[in-house]
Parts: sequence; structure tokens; C-alpha cells
Amino acid sequence: MFLRLTGQPSLGRVLVRTMIAVAYLIIFAPVVMIVVTSFFAQEIISFPPPALSLRWYANAWDKPEFLRGLVTSLEVALLTAAIGVPIGTAAALAIVRGEFPGRGVLSSFLLAPLAVPGVVAGSGLYMFYVMAEDVFDRDIKATTEGLVAAHTLLAIPWTVRLVVASLQGLDRRAEEAAANLGANPFTVFRRITLPMMRPGIVAAAMFSFIQSFENLDLSILLVGPGRITLPVAMLNYLEFRIDPTLAAVATVQIILVGLLMVVTDRFVKLSRVV
Amino acid sequence: MSQLSIEKLSKRFGASVAVDELDLAVREGELVALLGPSGCGKTTTLRMVAGFLPPSSGRVLFDAEDVTRLPAYKRATGMVFQSYALFPHMSAADNVGFGLEMRGLNATERRKRVEDALRLVRLSHLAERLPRQLSGGQQQRVALARALVINPRIFLLDEPLSNLDAKLRAEVRLEIRSLQQRLGLTTLMVTHDREEALTMADRLVVMESGRVRQIGTPRELYDAPADAFVADFVGRCNILAGRRASETQFRTDSGLVLPVDTVANECKDASAFALRPERITLRAGGADGIEGRLRAVTYMGAQTEYVVALGAESVVVVQPTPGAGEPLAALKPDDIVSLHWDRKAPRLVPQVSP
Repeated sequence: MFLRLTGQPSLGRVLVRTMIAVAYLIIFAPVVMIVVTSFFAQEIISFPPPALSLRWYANAWDKPEFLRGLVTSLEVALLTAAIGVPIGTAAALAIVRGEFPGRGVLSSFLLAPLAVPGVVAGSGLYMFYVMAEDVFDRDIKATTEGLVAAHTLLAIPWTVRLVVASLQGLDRRAEEAAANLGANPFTVFRRITLPMMRPGIVAAAMFSFIQSFENLDLSILLVGPGRITLPVAMLNYLEFRIDPTLAAVATVQIILVGLLMVVTDRFVKLSRVV
Repeated sequence: MSQLSIEKLSKRFGASVAVDELDLAVREGELVALLGPSGCGKTTTLRMVAGFLPPSSGRVLFDAEDVTRLPAYKRATGMVFQSYALFPHMSAADNVGFGLEMRGLNATERRKRVEDALRLVRLSHLAERLPRQLSGGQQQRVALARALVINPRIFLLDEPLSNLDAKLRAEVRLEIRSLQQRLGLTTLMVTHDREEALTMADRLVVMESGRVRQIGTPRELYDAPADAFVADFVGRCNILAGRRASETQFRTDSGLVLPVDTVANECKDASAFALRPERITLRAGGADGIEGRLRAVTYMGAQTEYVVALGAESVVVVQPTPGAGEPLAALKPDDIVSLHWDRKAPRLVPQVSP
């Protein structure tokens, strides 16, 4: 290492520490700002605040669209993770373990949704849903199913990436050892392979949930009355008013996602997987 | 325990031949080591015996039973992997109990057998630890217990010591060998380490390019190698190219004439003179014997290694390190020395086997 982080303070060491501090500041400043402004008493944000209050939390609670949005978002995010993770895991197994031509193509194809801008993908899906509604003669856009299907398109690439990584790092000798001890292929998968993939799968479930829970660009064209997700509800609110209510809602959102990550980290060390 | 027979076993990967018509029998209770450089086919052979790789042709038999088409999980071999391959999410006891569980033993019986197996490898106190909470040597012993607890028909060892440090290696080597002998395990071991092979095996199989070069006891292979490759692979060896000049002489390509008892060496197409470094006696000064000039002296503790130039050739001699005051102790590079050996010590061997 050309830069030592221990020992005598040197110019290099100070420089590195400063850069790290700046990086953290850039990452966390907006989050901190949102949380702080949610407690400001006045409507127009200015410094220093004349007083602190919880009125914006009360205001958010009084607006039914936020609570309904939260419920819709949680529902969609749970379903997305529940559907996308098994599909993505199966695809990852096929990509890493399968022996068929075009595995590389399949792999890139499955990651493609991440490369398309959300609004573009959302418009495409909107048009597709309109056509599909004609064919199947039932509502698809503005339904929970339609939203879940769209979000699943993003859950799959996340899952494929994370599970492929965990499969590639898996010691196949452990599977051979299990076979050697008398386990048939199905038992090997259930008792050895699957538990060893668990960190990747848990992380994939968490990321699938979060990306769905926070998704705005893909969802914005696909929501409908009564089926509005929390991020879309926030955007709608912003069209008419700018006040710290949104900061209060965002704070709740941040706390929920933060809690999820903390809980997940208790089961799987995220820093080891991602 | 069973006897293991391998008959004309071959494995081809596309155009390349990994194992070429291998024949081998491991007797009940015997430890046979496959020894060879990487890529010689020894690991491929072991994996075919375990059932992880289907052979291209040939047969594998446990006693009289042909297991060639039997999947790995029905073969009842016990294998110790180079990386140990412990199940990372299971405790040491659960790792050891896995094979018993697969055999349908109930929990009570299982616990008893697991306890016995862990006691055998002296790990009873660590039964509840996860593999990552164990040292390399302890993981190795869990892997041993896991393979032994199922009473395997054939015991398989894949480079079992290569991940241990030198001191531990000597210890585990003895431990495995004594377990193997005590339990009478029919064992096939793969190694590239000649010391490991020489010290542990009843018989060695030296392999190269998928073929067997020689099969024999460690002593047979060390003292009477079939060709220059085996001579060099089972231990350090001076190998000088040339041909037999008379009943008592070998002439090297560079014109040296070396004494040898060719009657003791019945190899007809001898094209190399093979002599172990420790079979040569070194004397200071150019008295009788083969005269040479000392090039280098390397002190190695109990032994000292001398490199001696004989004309264009160069010969390594290993002698017990001389005490201070002995004539050899004063030797330094460029001194004239003489080499002596018993005429029966050198082997005349073909450079490469036909």
C-alpha cells in the first residue's frame, strides 16, 4: 500500500482521512437534512428554524393518501420479493450450473432491465399493459398485479447478480462431500447448496424489497386510483404544496428501510455479500 | 473394508487423455498412494473411484462388485478432501453425523457414533463449533472423522496434508497412518509430495501423463526406479545421460567413465546413470576415486550438500554435516575432492520409459 493508514501522521494519511470524511458527508448530508427539516416548525424552510415541532408528522398522518400509499407499497414490495427472488434464484442456478448454449446471452438479457431508464421501461410497460388488457379483457394497469409484475422485472436482475455471486463463491467440494456421504442430488441441494446460498438469497430479498418500496420512475405510469404507492403519493403531494410534510414521510421511509437493513444484517453480514 | 480393483480405466476430455488404461489393485487394508506431478491424472483417477467423474472406459470394482456406473452417493466411499469441504453451516458434530443421517440411523444411535468418531480424532470438546471456528488442523480432523464414521468400503484421501503447515503435517501424517492401520482401511491416496507418499504408503504408484510409470513399495521405487523419471520423482537423484561401456563401467555423453556393477542392473536399454546424493562419499583431496572440483557447499543443519563439477557434468552429494575439525569441514568452493560409491549403488535406467 502506498498510503499507510496507521503509524505517524503524514500528509498522505491526513489527505485520505479528509477524502473519506467528505465522501461520508456527501452521502449522508441529504439524509440528515431531510430528517432535520421534518422537525422544523415553519412552512418555508429557513435557517435557523424559529421552533421545532411534530406538526408535519401529524399532518402526514391526517392525509389518508400517505398511509394508503405506505400499505400499497409494503404489499407490492413484499409480493415483488416473494415472486422475483425465486425466479431470479432459479435463473442464477441455470446460469452458473447449467450446461446449455447461450448462457452468457441469458445472463446479459436478465440484467438488461437495470440498463433501461425507469421512465422508458415504465412507458413501455404501460403500452404493453394496454394491449394486454385488450387481449385478456381485464384490468392490468393500475392494479397491484401490474405493479408487482413491473417491480419483479427489477427484482430479477438484482437477485441474479447477488445469487450468481454467492454461487460462484460456493465450494462445490462440499456438495461432493455430501454425495460421498450418501446424499442423493436432491438432498445435496436441499441440505448443502441452498443453505450455502442463503446469504445471497437473503440479500437479494432485501434489495428486491427496497428497490420496489422506493421505486418511483417505473411505477408512476402504472398506478391508479386506490393503487398509489408511497413514492408516487409523495410526488402527487409535491405538485400542490411544498412543506416539510414530505420530509416527515421520507423520514418514516428512511427509518423503515434502515430497520430492514439492520434486521437483515443480523442474519446475514451484508458487507460480506454485497 | 473392501478390496479396490481398477481395470483399464481411461478418462478423455475431448482430445486430451487424462488417464490412460490404468490398472491397479489395492488390497484390503492397504494404503496405496498415487504420486505424480500436477496434471498426471492422479486426481482424475481418485474422482473416478469416488464416482464424481464417469470414466471414458474401463471398470472400477469394490471386491467383485462393479461400481463403474454407480452414482457417488451409492458407493459408500469415505473421502477426505484437500480443502476439507466441511459444511460451513453445520457444527463439527453435525458434519460428522451427516453420513449417518443419510444412512437412516436414529438420533440416539447417531449421537453415540458421532461421539466415538470425534473421540477417535480427539475433538470431543469442540463438537458444537462451526468449521470456521476451528483451526486448519482441527478442520482436517473433522473431515477425517466424517469420512470414517460411515465405515466406508474404500477410504480416499485427496492431498490430505497440503493445507497444513510443515510441523502439523508430520503429526497428522502419523495420525492418519496409524488410524488407517488400526482400522484396516483400504486406502487410495493422491499426493504430489514424495515425502508424504514415501512415509505413508504401503505401495506407491508413480504416474505421468495419465500412465503408470512404476508400482512398488517405497523402498523398491527409491532404490530400484524403473526409469529416470521415477528416479527423479521419488527423491533427489543425480542423473547422467550416456551408455554402458563395459561390465563395470558407464560412459557419460560428456566422456566421463563411472564405475558401476552392471550385473546388478539388468536394464538392457540403459541410457542414464542414476545415483542418489546420499549414496556418494566425499573425501577432501584428489586421492583415488572420481576426482572433481567443489562448486558450492550448502549447510542444511543435519546434512550438508556439496555440488561437485566432474568435467562438464555436475553432481550433488549429500553428507552428514561434518563436525568441526574433520577434513570435510574445511572444504570450500574450488577445492579438489574425490567421490566414492559402492558399485551396486547406481542404477542404470532408460531416460524415458518405452
